Amino acid sequence: MFGFDHQTPAPPGAQLPPLPEPLSLAPATEGDQKANRMSIVLFSGTVDKLLAASILATGAAAMGMEVDLFLTTWGIVAFRKDDYKTNTRVSRDYEDYGPVMAERMHAKHAPTWMENLLGAREIGDVKIAACSMTMELFGLTLTDLEPIVDEITGVASFVERARESQISLFI
Amino acid sequence: MTPTIHITRFVDAKGQMCPMPVLTLARAIKELAPGQVLALAATDQGARRDIPAWAERTGNALLDIGEEAGVLTFTIRKSA
Repeated sequence: MFGFDHQTPAPPGAQLPPLPEPLSLAPATEGDQKANRMSIVLFSGTVDKLLAASILATGAAAMGMEVDLFLTTWGIVAFRKDDYKTNTRVSRDYEDYGPVMAERMHAKHAPTWMENLLGAREIGDVKIAACSMTMELFGLTLTDLEPIVDEITGVASFVERARESQISLFI
Repeated sequence: MTPTIHITRFVDAKGQMCPMPVLTLARAIKELAPGQVLALAATDQGARRDIPAWAERTGNALLDIGEEAGVLTFTIRKSA
């Protein structure tokens, strides 16, 4: 079309089509701009990794970021009702460090991972969802989990939110 | 002569380890009215970087960082 394809010159005096509307600087859809959010897939159920996940979630919440925590596999096992009270599992490769780390945490009055998460929810927007597939495999319902877990969702819900999050992590 | 800043609240986060200093700060700042100032004392080594990052991200003003005998004191004014 003349005037636009740079190949067909417009004949003299021709009425050129109007220029397209200038692009708006505001994003057309939510997907164009990253959301102020951290998405974490929590696959692990050992206290070392639960602690790391909880610190990241708490830090993000303290900084005013939304946090989505998506529990799956061993993450769901760790959130079964009351499980956190007796969970002393540590990653297999470092299990010999488990007792000394637990003792150091206690000596320095460090909050537990569950305490961190409760604190994070108190000061920020932290949503915790459980993977429906794992729930199905273990024969669990939402009431079998700690009340801190908000809902059961699937991978598509997680991906839809995570694609817009500025930070996504797999723990 | 530097003007003295009136500190509305002193927050003691000494002995707290990451993530507690920023969490304590986030909790405390909620209780302030815009324009009020709090001072946070921390011994956590990570706080040196964490508190300024927190202030940057949340839009609150970090007025001063003091250091004495291993204790960092952050003076923060709450924005709107």
